Amino acid sequence: MTANTPLLKVDKAGIRFGGLKAVSEVNLELQKGELVGLIGPNGAGKTTFFNLLTGVYVPTEGSISLDGEKLNGFAPYKITKKGISRTFQNIRLFSDLTVLDNVKIAYHSLAKHSIISSIFRLPSHFAGEREMEEKAIEFLKIFKLDNVLYEQAKNLPYGQQRRLEIARALAANPKLLLLDEPAAGMNPQETDELMNLIALIRERFDLTILLIEHDMNLVMGVCERIYVLDHGQLIADGTPEEIRNNPKVIEAYLGEEVS
Amino acid sequence: MKSSKHAKGFWLSIVLAVIFSIVMQFLISGGTLNPFYVNTLFSIGINIILAVSLHLIIGITGQFSIGHAGFLAVGAYMSAIVTMKLALPFPVAILAAGMAAAVAGLVIGIPTLRLRGDYLAIATLGFGEIMRIVFLNIDYVGGASGMTVTHLTTWPWVIACVLMTIIVIVNFTNSTHGRACLSIRENEIAADAMGINTTYYKVMAFVIGAFFAGVAGALHAHNFYIIQPGNFGFLKSFDILILVVIGGLGSMSGSVFAAILLTIISTYLSNYPELRMVIYSLVLVVMMLFRPQGLMGTKEITAFLKMGKSAKGGSHDDGKHTTA
Repeated sequence: MTANTPLLKVDKAGIRFGGLKAVSEVNLELQKGELVGLIGPNGAGKTTFFNLLTGVYVPTEGSISLDGEKLNGFAPYKITKKGISRTFQNIRLFSDLTVLDNVKIAYHSLAKHSIISSIFRLPSHFAGEREMEEKAIEFLKIFKLDNVLYEQAKNLPYGQQRRLEIARALAANPKLLLLDEPAAGMNPQETDELMNLIALIRERFDLTILLIEHDMNLVMGVCERIYVLDHGQLIADGTPEEIRNNPKVIEAYLGEEVS
Repeated sequence: MKSSKHAKGFWLSIVLAVIFSIVMQFLISGGTLNPFYVNTLFSIGINIILAVSLHLIIGITGQFSIGHAGFLAVGAYMSAIVTMKLALPFPVAILAAGMAAAVAGLVIGIPTLRLRGDYLAIATLGFGEIMRIVFLNIDYVGGASGMTVTHLTTWPWVIACVLMTIIVIVNFTNSTHGRACLSIRENEIAADAMGINTTYYKVMAFVIGAFFAGVAGALHAHNFYIIQPGNFGFLKSFDILILVVIGGLGSMSGSVFAAILLTIISTYLSNYPELRMVIYSLVLVVMMLFRPQGLMGTKEITAFLKMGKSAKGGSHDDGKHTTA
């Protein structure tokens, strides 16, 4: 991969549901290692855009490629294996399962033992399961969740659930992490902790992150570049400073100035 | 260290099961148990296989299927054809019955498992009825009057099949593959986003469940001397579903207990034919009112056994929680 091939390249991608253009003509490029924000008023199409990237929806126009490989029409689980992982706006943990199992499930695609070896309890089953368990426990230590390994995910406090969801997404070993409003419903202290966590994982896992967020403090604080989406269209992109002063963005959020 | 502890518990339960089956064999061949009890015992075994195989589909993978009697029918007829028409030995019939039902599961599973919830329930219900009608209209297998089958089901076959079913399904569940199925039950969208091929695992659970339902069909056919399409109607599917629900959705030991308990209840109630369904239904209603989560909730028997230990030993776990 040459230095100037973007990790993620979205070329005029869009989707229409019947007559409604939910997202249209979005161009977006992420370089390896960037932390980029995606903002926009409610209903702007941010989550729909994430769903396009992760294969939940198939784009009706344009193309999406990761590391130069086209992803259009791949099933969500294949896209995850290619290296895009995500969290959800409304937390979607495996709530009746333990914290440890939540992470182990994300390791599933790395499992080397087959169904047959599990059913007959062949040595490869034990080796595979042990490796998974050790890795998952090590991994949860980074997120300070190793003291609740056997707790059901639904019993964790809200902040920890968010953290577990990020941990689970990272366990799937992505190149690109998509965070959908990770700070939603958090108090300022939890948001601060989250900002530190994002900075930490980015460094540690050599990640590229695309972040949807309403909390402007967080977005302006951690993102290097910001894209702004309104009515399904990209209306601006640039550094936080540029975005703050962009008249189109102000208009989208606050309405037109009365003359 | 952990896996050796597992292995110990595993072998211990195998040894206990073997001792139990040998003792039962002596009781049966010695004539201590009269044929009525022996027959009840066989019914319990067959119902355990059916309940546990449906538990994998509904309790673990969360796919609400109510066509299980269809797989039972496929297994029953397939095995009857193998022993009666082709004159092959019983073990071949059991295997053929399982395979035929598994193929049926694959053929039905691939198109229908795209559906969710109620839609899947209706589709599988339809499948069960189609199987019944198909057998009703094939003269080769006797049509409506059914097929006579020799009595070949014996205690060793019943207990061997029960143990096999339980071992395979427990081992499947307590592995990364079982966790993949659980994640589908918990949240299909998130499972997909975690790189789990949800369609593959749904079909896989369906096929394994169907295989054992077919095995149960073989035992059933060779226990009752005659099989008729009417035995495999949707009411039979509901009977199996009730076992799983009463046992507790997601608990395999619950399914086993429910199969034992309800088979005994319904056998004894056959002395009062006019009140039988009334009392049986009342038991179900009372059960649902006072324990809607089922006999075992989502817990396994092993979780109860471990409770004492973990109180002393602090937080250790055997991973069997996953079956929850």
